[in-house]
Amino acid sequence: MYNSGKIIPGIIIFLAIVTFPFWSNAGKTNVKPEPKIDTPAIQQMPEGERKCIESKEFMKAGHMQMLNDWRDSVIRGGDRVFVSSTGKHYNMSLQNECLRCHSNKKDFCDKCHKYLAVKPYCWDCHIEPKENKS
Amino acid sequence: MKMLLPFVAVMALVAAALMAVNVANLHFLFGVAIPYIAFAVFTAGFVYRIVKWASSPVPFRIPTTCGQEFSLPWVKQNKIENPSTATGVIIRMALEIFLFRSLFRNIKAELRDGQKIVYGSDKWLWLAGLAFHWTFLVILVRHLRFFVGDVPMSIAMLEHLDGFLQIGVPMIYITDGVILAAIGYLFIRRVLLPQIRYISLPADYFPLFLIAAIVVSGILMRYIVKVDVVGVKNFTMGLVTFTPVIPATLMQGNGAWFFLHVFLISVLFAYFPFSKLMHMGGVFMSPTRNMINNSRMVRHVNPWNYPVHVHTYEEYENDFRDKMKAAGIPVEKE
Amino acid sequence: MAKFTAKPKDLINIDYTTPKTEWMDTPTEIREHMFCHATKAKDLETVEFPNIHEWRPQDEDWKLPANWEQTILQGMQDLLKKYRSFQLFMDICVRCGACADKCHFFIGSGDPKNMPVLRAELMRSVYRGNFTLAGKILKKLAGARKLTPAVIKEWWYYFYQCTECRRCSVFCPYGIDTAEVTMMARELLNLLGLQLGWIGGPVANCYMKGNHLGLEPHTIKSSVEFFLDDIKEITGITIEPTFNRKGAEILFVTPSGDLFANPGTYTAMGYLMLFHELGLDYTWSTYASEGGNFGFFTSNEMAKRLNSKIYAEAKRLGVKWILGGECGHMWRVIHQYMDTWQGPADFLQEPVSPITGTKFENAKATKMVHIAEFTADLIKNNKLKLDKSRNDHLVVTYHDSCNTARGMGMLEEPRYIINNVCNHFHEMPEDTIKEKTFCCGSGTGLNASENMELRMRGGLPRANAVKFVKEKHGVNMLANVCAIDRATLSASVDYWVPGTAVCGTHELVANALVMKGEKERTLDIRLEPLPGKEASE
Repeated sequence: MYNSGKIIPGIIIFLAIVTFPFWSNAGKTNVKPEPKIDTPAIQQMPEGERKCIESKEFMKAGHMQMLNDWRDSVIRGGDRVFVSSTGKHYNMSLQNECLRCHSNKKDFCDKCHKYLAVKPYCWDCHIEPKENKS
Repeated sequence: MKMLLPFVAVMALVAAALMAVNVANLHFLFGVAIPYIAFAVFTAGFVYRIVKWASSPVPFRIPTTCGQEFSLPWVKQNKIENPSTATGVIIRMALEIFLFRSLFRNIKAELRDGQKIVYGSDKWLWLAGLAFHWTFLVILVRHLRFFVGDVPMSIAMLEHLDGFLQIGVPMIYITDGVILAAIGYLFIRRVLLPQIRYISLPADYFPLFLIAAIVVSGILMRYIVKVDVVGVKNFTMGLVTFTPVIPATLMQGNGAWFFLHVFLISVLFAYFPFSKLMHMGGVFMSPTRNMINNSRMVRHVNPWNYPVHVHTYEEYENDFRDKMKAAGIPVEKE
Repeated sequence: MAKFTAKPKDLINIDYTTPKTEWMDTPTEIREHMFCHATKAKDLETVEFPNIHEWRPQDEDWKLPANWEQTILQGMQDLLKKYRSFQLFMDICVRCGACADKCHFFIGSGDPKNMPVLRAELMRSVYRGNFTLAGKILKKLAGARKLTPAVIKEWWYYFYQCTECRRCSVFCPYGIDTAEVTMMARELLNLLGLQLGWIGGPVANCYMKGNHLGLEPHTIKSSVEFFLDDIKEITGITIEPTFNRKGAEILFVTPSGDLFANPGTYTAMGYLMLFHELGLDYTWSTYASEGGNFGFFTSNEMAKRLNSKIYAEAKRLGVKWILGGECGHMWRVIHQYMDTWQGPADFLQEPVSPITGTKFENAKATKMVHIAEFTADLIKNNKLKLDKSRNDHLVVTYHDSCNTARGMGMLEEPRYIINNVCNHFHEMPEDTIKEKTFCCGSGTGLNASENMELRMRGGLPRANAVKFVKEKHGVNMLANVCAIDRATLSASVDYWVPGTAVCGTHELVANALVMKGEKERTLDIRLEPLPGKEASE
């Protein structure tokens, strides 16, 4: 007995599963998310000084670590002063420092987070910026 | 030697990938061409192997029965370990595939005091095997977030659960730790148990080393060397939409780790159909497990059954007629 | 060949250390007392086996036929195409080693090539070298090796150290069954004429005379008549069974071993007494006078040729259905092979017990019922008058035969019977019974005398479990439902656990069976005085 009645459907299921990434994206285009940095606060900054507290590359890879360190420092140590690699002092605060410029959570934070299905737990405690509620 | 060679082979693969990307700039070859080829080899090879197995019939109904068969109505049947219905077989197979039922049975025999053989439960292999396979699956499914545009809730949930300890940033995946521990156990067991070391082939060590290297490279990228993850998804989505792109951020610095990861996975995929890893497909087709034990109730047909030469009763009686008659045993021809 | 004289205390000194050299580089030594003699050419001629030649296992040159290599490779190719089990089991083993210490021969010998995984690797290495791309290119690196005469010898030595008991298959995560691999190996070796005397002889006997022992029709009848005399002495009852009788309702087939030697003969007496008491309309056959099937240990074709007699005889005699005696591999063959080979058995009727009216649903296609199923049904329906106290001198344990346990699943019926005919029953440890039962160590035609060390080593795990219940509960009787068990366990239990006897389940039934018109019993079925019931005169 060859059991082809079970093996052929089995092969079809196997093929359907392994090719899932291909067929589920059929006809879709690959769009890379571009977080927007055109908020009024940023635009008000003089062109030459439009910089985040650290380099773009550093922030891209390490912002989560930095925010985590900030939280520990503020809540557990009571220390609110961040000294950047260029020696500047900043206030360790998501709402008052980061979001001062990046007030557009939807077009900034969410862009990449959604793209990669990352769910940071910032907003478990912090109040989400108002623009998001509309 | 059996161990060293596969280790050297995996290290060579690692070196090859890093050199190719860092020195020779072969990003397209290692990031696009090889993964496509590997996937094609995996898929076609896997199906080929299944079809090859399927082209040999199962001539006899040979389940290994592990419990009481269907018998008299008052005899309690073990409907799963000795199934007499398709449902029973489905449950038996599901237990085998999802929970490694047979390995769970494992016992260890030991000669004690030079005179007594004792048997003890030995479930470590079962536990490590189960941990390894399940975490592998979870990790694989988790990676789907790089292969679908809008990541479905279910995949996001799985990832969330995997990180539910909420330790570290990015959150540490439980599976990362478990799979390393499981691979470690499976390796150490192969090395330390003399009998297991004796039966092991290079082909047993190679996949262990290869998978370990894949896991380590993945962990490094997530927690230590930091690769541009948006770029990674941009790249993987390019592959699955057949519009390959290699983002500039991956062409420099730590991007090489990503190409290493992709290359090792490609090797695993291409190697899969030609190796013992095909037990993944084979477990479904094992006739000692996937058959109903009903051979005295339902006729099982052997497609190559052929007539054979037999010694007929007539020939037998011709040999012994006189003796039979003398003994008063009835005969056909007086 | 010197007599086997090793003492149990020396034999149990088992060395489990692995050799310094890799197994492929460790030559196989064909060791005395571990192998069986070669078969006689005339026996193979009787059944027209290929490449018949004179050879001796202990010789350097086995006089393999000129095209031996091609014969084996072509044979493997054919078997891979015929059996999915073989093809699959060559491909999917991951060498996890879960099977390693499950084999009675490994436990008893410590020889790593007796680990089921390595036994199969002996074959797989050749498969890889000749049938897989990786093996052809990577050679030894891929676990492949060349087919050489030394490999053939190694196969012969180790595939005749496997009793196809399937215990490894129970523990394998993919159900890989070494029995399947061993069957293929033996089929291949048979193609080169490398058959055992103890298998070839019974096969030839069975083919020509209807049974392994070569009992001719009149001898069968006179053997049974001997039993009848003994039964008369024990019970005072005269029994008159019939042979080759047309028009009987039931054909009874049992292994010929039960007609030949103790303690199997006591089981045969049990059948005779039970059937007489029931007034069963049944007949013995001298043509289909073998339930067992040593052909099964040579090739699938030979097994089918021998097995054909059962249905042929049932058809000729016009019986309604077939009842089968206590045997192990006989039931593997009948349960999993007979109908596929010879069916459909549409000339028979679905078996119904004429005594209780019970339909044997589980045998409705093959139309052959195991006597333990038949008797358990009788007892359940109160059709037998039983005096358990007649077995009070016995403290009984039950050994599941490999084949009825793992190739069928008949576990409870014999236990039900024993519990209804004996007052003292104790199970052996859980890991040594039912689906985890141990082989007697001498199945699949290995029950010769020249391989006694092998048999004692293979029989050690079973004997050790018997020893456990002997010490704990005073067990003195090892019951079973297998003719090979009855013949071989006697030897291994004697060797490892002296003082324990072996019996068939129906011997116990016969002891307890209160027959109509019987005299006060003072003797058991072995014609030994029944304790407490000695003659009062």
